[in-house]
Amino acid sequence: MAEYKVKFEVFEGPLDLLLYLIKKEEVDIYQVNLTRLAGQFIEYIETMRLLDLEVAGEFLVMAATLMYIKSRELLPVDQQAQAQDDDDGEDPRWELIRQLVEYKKFKDAAAQLEALEERQQNVFPRAPARLEFDSETPARSEASIFDLVSAVNTVLQRFGKRPEQRDIFEDKWTVSEKIQLLLQALAQKPLMKFSELFAGASSRSEVVATFLALLELIRLKHLAAIQDEPFGEIVICRVDKPPAEAAARTPDTAPSPAPPPPGTGDQPSPAGAQPNTSST
Amino acid sequence: MELKLILEAVLFSAQKALSLKEIRDVFAGAPEHAEGDETARRLKKPKEDELVAALEDLAREHEQAGRSFRLACVAGSWQFVTQPEYSPWLKALVGHKARPPRLSQPALETLAIIAYRQPVTRAEVEQVRGVAVDGVMQTLLERGLIEQAGRAEVVGRPMTYGTTPVFLEYFGLRSLEDLPAADELRRVAVQKPEGLATVDPGLATAPPEQLTLPAEGTKPEGQPQ
Repeated sequence: MAEYKVKFEVFEGPLDLLLYLIKKEEVDIYQVNLTRLAGQFIEYIETMRLLDLEVAGEFLVMAATLMYIKSRELLPVDQQAQAQDDDDGEDPRWELIRQLVEYKKFKDAAAQLEALEERQQNVFPRAPARLEFDSETPARSEASIFDLVSAVNTVLQRFGKRPEQRDIFEDKWTVSEKIQLLLQALAQKPLMKFSELFAGASSRSEVVATFLALLELIRLKHLAAIQDEPFGEIVICRVDKPPAEAAARTPDTAPSPAPPPPGTGDQPSPAGAQPNTSST
Repeated sequence: MELKLILEAVLFSAQKALSLKEIRDVFAGAPEHAEGDETARRLKKPKEDELVAALEDLAREHEQAGRSFRLACVAGSWQFVTQPEYSPWLKALVGHKARPPRLSQPALETLAIIAYRQPVTRAEVEQVRGVAVDGVMQTLLERGLIEQAGRAEVVGRPMTYGTTPVFLEYFGLRSLEDLPAADELRRVAVQKPEGLATVDPGLATAPPEQLTLPAEGTKPEGQPQ
Protein backbone atom coordinates (compact mmCIF):
# COMPACT_ATOMS: atom_id res chain seq x y z
CA MET A 1 0.00 0.00 0.00
CA ALA A 2 2.44 2.61 1.15
CA GLU A 3 5.11 2.27 -1.45
CA TYR A 4 6.43 5.76 -1.14
CA LYS A 5 7.90 6.00 2.31
CA VAL A 6 10.10 8.62 3.84
CA LYS A 7 12.65 7.42 6.32
CA PHE A 8 12.40 9.30 9.59
CA GLU A 9 15.93 10.53 9.63
CA VAL A 10 16.11 12.56 12.78
CA PHE A 11 15.67 9.64 15.15
CA GLU A 12 17.50 6.49 14.41
CA GLY A 13 15.58 4.44 16.92
CA PRO A 14 13.08 4.59 19.76
CA LEU A 15 15.82 5.36 22.27
CA ASP A 16 16.85 8.40 20.26
CA LEU A 17 13.28 9.61 20.30
CA LEU A 18 12.99 9.07 24.06
CA LEU A 19 16.24 10.95 24.68
CA TYR A 20 14.99 13.76 22.48
CA LEU A 21 11.73 13.97 24.43
CA ILE A 22 13.59 13.93 27.74
CA LYS A 23 15.88 16.69 26.50
CA LYS A 24 12.84 18.69 25.46
CA GLU A 25 11.44 18.32 28.96
CA GLU A 26 14.75 19.59 30.33
CA VAL A 27 14.90 16.98 33.06
CA ASP A 28 17.48 14.48 34.15
CA ILE A 29 17.01 10.99 32.80
CA TYR A 30 16.72 9.68 36.36
CA GLN A 31 13.94 12.12 37.17
CA VAL A 32 11.83 11.77 34.10
CA ASN A 33 8.09 11.20 34.36
CA LEU A 34 7.70 8.05 32.34
CA THR A 35 3.90 8.27 32.18
CA ARG A 36 4.08 11.64 30.51
CA LEU A 37 6.88 10.41 28.31
CA ALA A 38 4.74 7.46 27.23
CA GLY A 39 2.01 9.85 26.12
CA GLN A 40 4.43 12.02 24.15
CA PHE A 41 6.07 9.01 22.58
CA ILE A 42 2.79 7.63 21.30
CA GLU A 43 1.78 11.07 20.07
CA TYR A 44 4.95 11.13 18.01
CA ILE A 45 4.29 7.73 16.51
CA GLU A 46 0.79 8.87 15.60
CA THR A 47 2.22 11.93 13.86
CA MET A 48 4.71 9.80 12.00
CA ARG A 49 1.88 7.57 10.82
CA LEU A 50 -0.19 10.55 9.77
CA LEU A 51 2.70 11.75 7.66
CA ASP A 52 2.93 8.24 6.22
CA LEU A 53 6.41 7.80 7.60
CA GLU A 54 7.54 4.29 8.08
CA VAL A 55 7.30 3.37 11.74
CA ALA A 56 9.86 0.72 12.52
CA GLY A 57 8.86 -2.29 14.60
CA GLU A 58 11.23 -1.19 17.36
CA PHE A 59 9.11 1.88 17.94
CA LEU A 60 6.04 -0.24 18.49
CA VAL A 61 7.91 -2.45 20.94
CA MET A 62 8.97 0.63 22.85
CA ALA A 63 5.42 1.98 22.79
CA ALA A 64 4.20 -1.31 24.24
CA THR A 65 6.83 -1.17 26.99
CA LEU A 66 5.82 2.37 27.84
CA MET A 67 2.14 1.42 27.93
CA TYR A 68 2.98 -1.48 30.22
CA ILE A 69 4.83 0.86 32.57
CA LYS A 70 1.95 3.28 32.46
CA SER A 71 -0.62 0.59 33.19
CA ARG A 72 1.32 -0.67 36.20
CA GLU A 73 1.17 2.79 37.67
CA LEU A 74 -2.61 2.54 37.73
CA LEU A 75 -2.61 -0.33 40.19
CA PRO A 76 -2.96 0.38 43.91
CA VAL A 77 0.31 0.56 45.80
CA ASP A 78 -0.01 -2.76 47.65
CA GLN A 79 -0.69 -4.71 44.49
CA GLN A 80 2.13 -2.93 42.70
CA ALA A 81 4.60 -4.19 45.24
CA GLN A 82 3.22 -7.72 44.92
CA ALA A 83 3.48 -7.67 41.18
CA GLN A 84 7.10 -6.74 41.47
CA ASP A 85 7.85 -9.60 43.79
CA ASP A 86 6.58 -12.38 41.60
CA ASP A 87 7.83 -10.71 38.47
CA ASP A 88 11.23 -11.63 37.22
CA GLY A 89 12.43 -9.09 39.73
CA GLU A 90 13.19 -6.35 37.24
CA ASP A 91 11.22 -3.16 37.44
CA PRO A 92 10.45 -2.23 33.83
CA ARG A 93 10.89 1.45 34.66
CA TRP A 94 14.31 0.87 36.01
CA GLU A 95 15.14 -1.36 33.06
CA LEU A 96 14.18 1.38 30.64
CA ILE A 97 16.01 4.12 32.49
CA ARG A 98 19.10 1.96 32.70
CA GLN A 99 18.92 1.38 28.96
CA LEU A 100 18.50 5.08 28.29
CA VAL A 101 21.43 6.05 30.49
CA GLU A 102 23.61 3.45 28.87
CA TYR A 103 22.63 4.54 25.37
CA LYS A 104 23.15 8.19 26.24
CA LYS A 105 26.68 7.45 27.38
CA PHE A 106 27.48 5.74 24.11
CA LYS A 107 25.93 8.59 22.20
CA ASP A 108 28.28 10.94 24.01
CA ALA A 109 31.17 8.60 23.31
CA ALA A 110 30.21 8.63 19.62
CA ALA A 111 30.32 12.42 19.67
CA GLN A 112 33.82 12.26 21.11
CA LEU A 113 34.85 9.79 18.44
CA GLU A 114 33.47 12.16 15.84
CA ALA A 115 35.62 14.96 17.24
CA LEU A 116 38.65 12.66 17.09
CA GLU A 117 37.75 11.71 13.54
CA GLU A 118 37.64 15.33 12.50
CA ARG A 119 40.90 16.13 14.25
CA GLN A 120 42.64 13.16 12.72
CA GLN A 121 41.56 14.19 9.23
CA ASN A 122 43.48 17.41 9.72
CA VAL A 123 46.61 15.79 11.00
CA PHE A 124 49.39 15.28 8.49
CA PRO A 125 52.23 12.85 8.94
CA ARG A 126 55.89 13.69 8.70
CA ALA A 127 56.41 12.35 5.16
CA PRO A 128 53.40 12.56 2.88
CA ALA A 129 55.09 10.48 0.20
CA ARG A 130 52.12 8.21 -0.38
CA LEU A 131 49.84 11.19 -0.88
CA GLU A 132 51.93 12.51 -3.74
CA PHE A 133 51.64 9.14 -5.33
CA ASP A 134 47.89 9.19 -4.86
CA SER A 135 47.49 12.55 -6.54
CA GLU A 136 49.31 11.27 -9.59
CA THR A 137 46.89 8.50 -10.37
CA PRO A 138 43.85 10.54 -11.41
CA ALA A 139 45.98 12.38 -13.98
CA ARG A 140 45.91 9.35 -16.23
CA SER A 141 42.29 8.39 -15.85
CA GLU A 142 40.56 6.05 -18.20
CA ALA A 143 37.72 7.49 -20.19
CA SER A 144 34.35 6.06 -19.23
CA ILE A 145 31.94 4.56 -21.72
CA PHE A 146 29.93 7.78 -21.53
CA ASP A 147 32.97 9.81 -22.51
CA LEU A 148 33.52 7.51 -25.46
CA VAL A 149 29.90 7.58 -26.60
CA SER A 150 29.77 11.33 -26.35
CA ALA A 151 33.00 11.57 -28.34
CA VAL A 152 31.75 9.27 -31.08
CA ASN A 153 28.55 11.26 -31.18
CA THR A 154 30.60 14.33 -32.03
CA VAL A 155 32.22 12.42 -34.86
CA LEU A 156 28.87 11.20 -36.14
CA GLN A 157 27.58 14.75 -36.34
CA ARG A 158 29.99 15.22 -39.22
CA PHE A 159 27.70 13.07 -41.34
CA GLY A 160 24.71 15.18 -40.54
CA LYS A 161 21.28 13.93 -39.68
CA ARG A 162 20.09 10.59 -40.83
CA PRO A 163 18.68 11.03 -44.31
CA GLU A 164 14.96 10.56 -44.64
CA GLN A 165 15.41 8.41 -47.69
CA ARG A 166 17.89 5.65 -47.42
CA ASP A 167 19.57 3.54 -49.96
CA ILE A 168 20.20 0.01 -48.93
CA PHE A 169 23.75 -1.01 -49.54
CA GLU A 170 26.10 -3.62 -48.30
CA ASP A 171 28.17 -2.74 -45.28
CA LYS A 172 31.62 -2.19 -46.61
CA TRP A 173 33.24 -2.46 -43.20
CA THR A 174 33.05 -5.18 -40.64
CA VAL A 175 34.05 -4.84 -37.01
CA SER A 176 36.69 -7.53 -37.29
CA GLU A 177 38.35 -5.73 -40.20
CA LYS A 178 38.39 -2.55 -38.17
CA ILE A 179 39.95 -4.38 -35.24
CA GLN A 180 42.81 -5.40 -37.51
CA LEU A 181 43.19 -1.87 -38.83
CA LEU A 182 43.18 -0.34 -35.37
CA LEU A 183 45.81 -2.77 -34.13
CA GLN A 184 47.96 -2.02 -37.16
CA ALA A 185 47.59 1.73 -36.74
CA LEU A 186 48.53 1.59 -33.09
CA ALA A 187 51.44 -0.75 -33.73
CA GLN A 188 53.05 2.10 -35.65
CA LYS A 189 52.12 4.96 -33.34
CA PRO A 190 52.24 4.71 -29.57
CA LEU A 191 49.11 6.76 -29.13
CA MET A 192 46.39 8.28 -31.25
CA LYS A 193 43.82 10.91 -30.60
CA PHE A 194 40.28 9.61 -30.56
CA SER A 195 39.30 11.86 -33.47
CA GLU A 196 42.22 10.61 -35.56
CA LEU A 197 40.70 7.15 -35.57
CA PHE A 198 37.80 8.43 -37.59
CA ALA A 199 39.66 10.90 -39.81
CA GLY A 200 39.36 8.68 -42.87
CA ALA A 201 35.82 7.45 -42.28
CA SER A 202 33.43 8.14 -45.12
CA SER A 203 30.11 6.96 -43.71
CA ARG A 204 28.21 6.57 -40.50
CA SER A 205 28.42 2.82 -40.71
CA GLU A 206 32.17 3.01 -40.99
CA VAL A 207 32.41 5.22 -37.90
CA VAL A 208 30.15 2.80 -36.02
CA ALA A 209 32.24 -0.18 -37.10
CA THR A 210 35.45 1.52 -35.97
CA PHE A 211 33.86 2.50 -32.69
CA LEU A 212 32.63 -1.02 -31.99
CA ALA A 213 36.08 -2.33 -32.83
CA LEU A 214 37.57 0.15 -30.38
CA LEU A 215 35.18 -0.89 -27.62
CA GLU A 216 36.00 -4.53 -28.24
CA LEU A 217 39.73 -3.88 -28.03
CA ILE A 218 39.29 -1.90 -24.82
CA ARG A 219 37.24 -4.72 -23.40
CA LEU A 220 39.95 -7.19 -24.32
CA LYS A 221 42.47 -4.83 -22.71
CA HIS A 222 44.52 -4.45 -25.88
CA LEU A 223 43.88 -0.74 -25.95
CA ALA A 224 43.05 1.87 -23.34
CA ALA A 225 41.18 5.13 -23.71
CA ILE A 226 42.75 7.83 -21.57
CA GLN A 227 41.24 11.18 -20.79
CA ASP A 228 43.59 13.44 -18.88
CA GLU A 229 41.06 16.08 -17.97
CA PRO A 230 37.27 15.93 -17.76
CA PHE A 231 35.72 16.36 -21.22
CA GLY A 232 39.16 16.72 -22.74
CA GLU A 233 40.46 14.96 -25.83
CA ILE A 234 40.46 11.19 -25.47
CA VAL A 235 43.70 9.46 -26.35
CA ILE A 236 43.91 5.82 -27.37
CA CYS A 237 47.01 3.87 -26.51
CA ARG A 238 48.20 0.31 -26.32
CA VAL A 239 47.85 -1.20 -22.91
CA ASP A 240 51.42 -2.46 -22.73
CA LYS A 241 52.61 1.12 -23.05
CA PRO A 242 50.92 3.65 -20.78
CA PRO A 243 50.85 7.14 -22.32
CA ALA A 244 53.20 8.69 -19.76
CA GLU A 245 55.86 6.20 -20.69
CA ALA A 246 54.99 6.36 -24.36
CA ALA A 247 55.15 10.14 -24.39
CA ALA A 248 58.53 9.99 -22.72
CA ARG A 249 59.75 7.61 -25.38
CA THR A 250 58.57 9.60 -28.37
CA PRO A 251 61.48 12.06 -28.35
CA ASP A 252 63.88 9.10 -28.38
CA THR A 253 62.46 7.54 -31.51
CA ALA A 254 61.79 10.79 -33.33
CA PRO A 255 64.03 13.41 -31.80
CA SER A 256 63.70 16.27 -34.29
CA PRO A 257 60.02 17.32 -34.41
CA ALA A 258 58.46 16.93 -30.99
CA PRO A 259 54.85 15.95 -31.53
CA PRO A 260 52.26 18.27 -29.99
CA PRO A 261 51.14 16.98 -26.62
CA PRO A 262 47.62 15.60 -26.63
CA GLY A 263 45.00 17.92 -25.33
CA THR A 264 46.37 21.21 -26.65
CA GLY A 265 43.41 22.99 -28.15
CA ASP A 266 45.19 25.18 -30.71
CA GLN A 267 45.90 22.27 -33.07
CA PRO A 268 42.60 20.55 -33.60
CA SER A 269 42.61 17.43 -35.66
CA PRO A 270 40.74 17.64 -38.98
CA ALA A 271 37.99 15.29 -37.85
CA GLY A 272 37.38 17.17 -34.65
CA ALA A 273 37.37 20.63 -36.17
CA GLN A 274 34.85 20.18 -38.91
CA PRO A 275 31.73 19.17 -37.00
CA ASN A 276 32.18 22.04 -34.59
CA THR A 277 32.19 24.64 -37.30
CA SER A 278 29.65 23.18 -39.69
CA SER A 279 26.93 21.65 -37.57
CA THR A 280 26.54 24.38 -34.97
CA MET B 1 74.30 11.07 23.06
CA GLU B 2 70.98 10.65 24.64
CA LEU B 3 68.56 7.89 23.65
CA LYS B 4 65.81 10.49 23.33
CA LEU B 5 67.72 12.57 20.79
CA ILE B 6 68.65 9.53 18.71
CA LEU B 7 64.96 8.66 18.60
CA GLU B 8 64.16 12.20 17.55
CA ALA B 9 66.61 12.02 14.66
CA VAL B 10 65.33 8.62 13.55
CA LEU B 11 61.68 9.63 13.67
CA PHE B 12 62.42 12.96 12.05
CA SER B 13 63.73 11.33 8.91
CA ALA B 14 61.46 8.27 8.92
CA GLN B 15 59.11 8.04 5.96
CA LYS B 16 56.40 6.33 7.96
CA ALA B 17 55.26 5.63 11.49
CA LEU B 18 57.69 3.32 13.28
CA SER B 19 56.63 0.55 15.61
CA LEU B 20 58.70 -0.34 18.63
CA LYS B 21 60.01 -3.37 16.80
CA GLU B 22 61.16 -1.27 13.85
CA ILE B 23 62.83 1.20 16.20
CA ARG B 24 64.67 -1.64 17.93
CA ASP B 25 65.78 -2.94 14.53
CA VAL B 26 67.28 0.48 13.86
CA PHE B 27 69.23 0.34 17.10
CA ALA B 28 70.34 -3.21 16.39
CA GLY B 29 71.69 -2.17 12.99
CA ALA B 30 73.42 1.03 14.14
CA PRO B 31 76.78 -0.43 15.36
CA GLU B 32 77.55 -1.61 11.80
CA HIS B 33 77.56 1.99 10.66
CA ALA B 34 79.29 3.50 13.66
CA GLU B 35 83.03 3.12 13.31
CA GLY B 36 84.17 2.64 16.84
CA ASP B 37 81.37 4.72 18.30
CA GLU B 38 80.81 3.40 21.77
CA THR B 39 77.24 4.76 22.09
CA ALA B 40 75.87 2.78 19.17
CA ARG B 41 77.22 -0.43 20.64
CA ARG B 42 76.02 0.45 24.10
CA LEU B 43 72.51 1.16 22.82
CA LYS B 44 72.39 -1.87 20.58
CA LYS B 45 69.58 -3.47 22.53
CA PRO B 46 67.58 -0.85 24.36
CA LYS B 47 65.00 -2.15 26.80
CA GLU B 48 61.44 -1.72 25.69
CA ASP B 49 60.32 0.24 28.73
CA GLU B 50 63.34 2.55 28.38
CA LEU B 51 62.40 3.17 24.75
CA VAL B 52 58.79 3.91 25.59
CA ALA B 53 59.83 6.21 28.44
CA ALA B 54 62.22 8.09 26.13
CA LEU B 55 59.56 8.38 23.41
CA GLU B 56 56.98 9.65 25.87
CA ASP B 57 59.51 12.09 27.27
CA LEU B 58 60.27 13.32 23.76
CA ALA B 59 56.56 13.68 22.97
CA ARG B 60 56.07 15.68 26.16
CA GLU B 61 58.98 17.96 25.32
CA HIS B 62 57.57 18.70 21.89
CA GLU B 63 54.14 19.27 23.39
CA GLN B 64 55.54 21.76 25.89
CA ALA B 65 57.58 23.55 23.26
CA GLY B 66 54.30 24.41 21.53
CA ARG B 67 55.53 23.57 18.06
CA SER B 68 53.30 23.17 15.01
CA PHE B 69 54.03 19.45 15.05
CA ARG B 70 54.07 16.79 17.72
CA LEU B 71 55.24 13.25 18.23
CA ALA B 72 52.17 11.03 18.04
CA CYS B 73 51.73 7.37 18.80
CA VAL B 74 48.98 5.82 16.74
CA ALA B 75 48.18 2.12 17.03
CA GLY B 76 51.53 1.57 18.71
CA SER B 77 53.63 3.29 16.02
CA TRP B 78 55.42 6.59 16.52
CA GLN B 79 55.51 9.43 14.05
CA PHE B 80 55.84 13.19 13.84
CA VAL B 81 52.55 14.74 12.74
CA THR B 82 51.37 18.29 12.32
CA GLN B 83 48.83 19.92 14.61
CA PRO B 84 45.30 19.98 13.18
CA GLU B 85 45.08 23.79 13.04
CA TYR B 86 47.69 23.94 10.27
CA SER B 87 45.65 21.75 7.96
CA PRO B 88 44.70 24.49 5.40
CA TRP B 89 48.32 25.02 4.43
CA LEU B 90 49.13 21.32 4.39
CA LYS B 91 46.10 20.57 2.27
CA ALA B 92 47.34 23.19 -0.16
CA LEU B 93 50.76 21.57 -0.11
CA VAL B 94 49.91 17.89 -0.50
CA GLY B 95 46.31 17.95 -1.63
CA HIS B 96 43.39 16.47 0.23
CA LYS B 97 43.97 13.27 2.05
CA ALA B 98 42.54 10.37 0.15
CA ARG B 99 40.16 9.42 2.92
CA PRO B 100 36.83 7.64 2.84
CA PRO B 101 33.77 9.74 3.68
CA ARG B 102 33.09 10.59 7.30
CA LEU B 103 31.13 8.09 9.35
CA SER B 104 27.42 8.59 9.89
CA GLN B 105 25.89 9.07 13.32
CA PRO B 106 24.54 5.49 13.56
CA ALA B 107 27.91 4.17 12.41
CA LEU B 108 29.75 6.20 15.07
CA GLU B 109 27.35 5.03 17.80
CA THR B 110 27.67 1.40 16.76
CA LEU B 111 31.43 1.74 16.55
CA ALA B 112 31.54 3.31 20.01
CA ILE B 113 29.60 0.41 21.51
CA ILE B 114 31.88 -2.13 19.83
CA ALA B 115 35.02 -0.24 20.80
CA TYR B 116 34.15 -0.02 24.49
CA ARG B 117 32.47 -3.40 24.85
CA GLN B 118 34.57 -5.66 22.66
CA PRO B 119 34.34 -8.53 22.13
CA VAL B 120 30.64 -8.01 21.66
CA THR B 121 27.89 -9.78 19.73
CA ARG B 122 25.59 -8.10 17.26
CA ALA B 123 22.65 -8.76 19.58
CA GLU B 124 24.37 -6.94 22.44
CA VAL B 125 25.02 -3.93 20.22
CA GLU B 126 21.40 -3.92 19.12
CA GLN B 127 20.28 -4.12 22.72
CA VAL B 128 22.16 -0.94 23.57
CA ARG B 129 21.10 0.97 20.49
CA GLY B 130 17.53 -0.32 20.47
CA VAL B 131 17.56 -0.79 16.68
CA ALA B 132 18.86 -3.28 14.16
CA VAL B 133 22.46 -2.62 13.17
CA ASP B 134 23.00 -5.03 10.24
CA GLY B 135 23.65 -2.39 7.58
CA VAL B 136 25.87 -0.32 9.80
CA MET B 137 27.90 -3.34 10.91
CA GLN B 138 28.41 -4.27 7.29
CA THR B 139 29.75 -0.80 6.51
CA LEU B 140 32.12 -0.94 9.47
CA LEU B 141 33.36 -4.38 8.44
CA GLU B 142 33.90 -3.25 4.85
CA ARG B 143 35.88 -0.24 5.98
CA GLY B 144 38.04 -2.51 8.09
CA LEU B 145 37.26 -0.66 11.32
CA ILE B 146 35.89 -3.77 13.00
CA GLU B 147 36.48 -7.48 12.54
CA GLN B 148 35.18 -10.77 13.80
CA ALA B 149 36.81 -11.51 17.10
CA GLY B 150 35.53 -15.00 17.86
CA ARG B 151 32.37 -16.59 19.13
CA ALA B 152 30.46 -15.97 22.32
CA GLU B 153 30.01 -18.91 24.67
CA VAL B 154 26.24 -18.63 24.68
CA VAL B 155 23.44 -20.48 22.88
CA GLY B 156 24.00 -20.42 19.14
CA ARG B 157 27.61 -19.34 19.62
CA PRO B 158 27.10 -16.00 17.87
CA MET B 159 30.01 -14.15 16.28
CA THR B 160 31.65 -11.48 18.37
CA TYR B 161 33.22 -8.32 17.02
CA GLY B 162 36.10 -6.08 17.98
CA THR B 163 37.97 -3.10 16.58
CA THR B 164 41.03 -3.33 14.31
CA PRO B 165 44.32 -1.37 14.16
CA VAL B 166 42.67 0.60 11.33
CA PHE B 167 40.19 1.85 13.92
CA LEU B 168 43.02 3.22 16.06
CA GLU B 169 44.66 4.84 13.04
CA TYR B 170 41.40 6.34 11.84
CA PHE B 171 40.80 8.09 15.14
CA GLY B 172 44.45 8.72 15.92
CA LEU B 173 44.44 6.61 19.07
CA ARG B 174 47.49 5.05 20.62
CA SER B 175 45.62 2.04 21.98
CA LEU B 176 42.17 1.11 23.21
CA GLU B 177 43.21 2.46 26.62
CA ASP B 178 43.36 5.82 24.90
CA LEU B 179 39.60 5.89 24.19
CA PRO B 180 37.96 8.88 25.83
CA ALA B 181 36.45 8.03 29.23
CA ALA B 182 37.40 4.41 28.66
CA ASP B 183 37.08 3.19 32.23
CA GLU B 184 33.63 4.67 32.63
CA LEU B 185 32.11 3.10 29.56
CA ARG B 186 33.77 -0.24 29.21
CA ARG B 187 31.12 -2.02 31.29
CA VAL B 188 28.58 0.52 32.29
CA ALA B 189 28.17 0.35 36.04
CA VAL B 190 24.79 1.75 36.93
CA GLN B 191 23.17 0.69 40.12
CA LYS B 192 19.53 0.48 40.80
CA PRO B 193 18.76 3.48 42.96
CA GLU B 194 17.14 2.85 46.30
CA GLY B 195 13.52 3.71 46.61
CA LEU B 196 12.53 3.39 43.01
CA ALA B 197 10.26 0.50 43.86
CA THR B 198 7.94 2.48 46.06
CA VAL B 199 6.19 5.41 44.50
CA ASP B 200 2.86 7.04 44.98
CA PRO B 201 0.22 5.79 42.59
CA GLY B 202 -0.14 8.06 39.62
CA LEU B 203 3.33 9.42 39.97
CA ALA B 204 5.35 7.91 37.20
CA THR B 205 8.65 7.64 38.93
CA ALA B 206 9.95 8.26 42.37
CA PRO B 207 10.28 11.90 43.45
CA PRO B 208 13.65 13.42 42.63
CA GLU B 209 15.04 13.19 46.15
CA GLN B 210 14.57 9.42 46.09
CA LEU B 211 16.40 9.02 42.85
CA THR B 212 20.11 9.42 43.10
CA LEU B 213 22.83 8.95 40.61
CA PRO B 214 24.94 5.94 41.42
CA ALA B 215 27.95 6.88 43.46
CA GLU B 216 31.23 6.99 41.58
CA GLY B 217 33.20 3.80 41.62
CA THR B 218 30.43 1.52 42.81
CA LYS B 219 30.60 -1.90 41.29
CA PRO B 220 27.53 -3.64 39.99
CA GLU B 221 26.61 -6.99 41.51
CA GLY B 222 26.57 -8.57 38.09
CA GLN B 223 26.96 -7.53 34.52
CA PRO B 224 23.75 -5.94 33.25
CA GLN B 225 22.15 -8.12 30.65
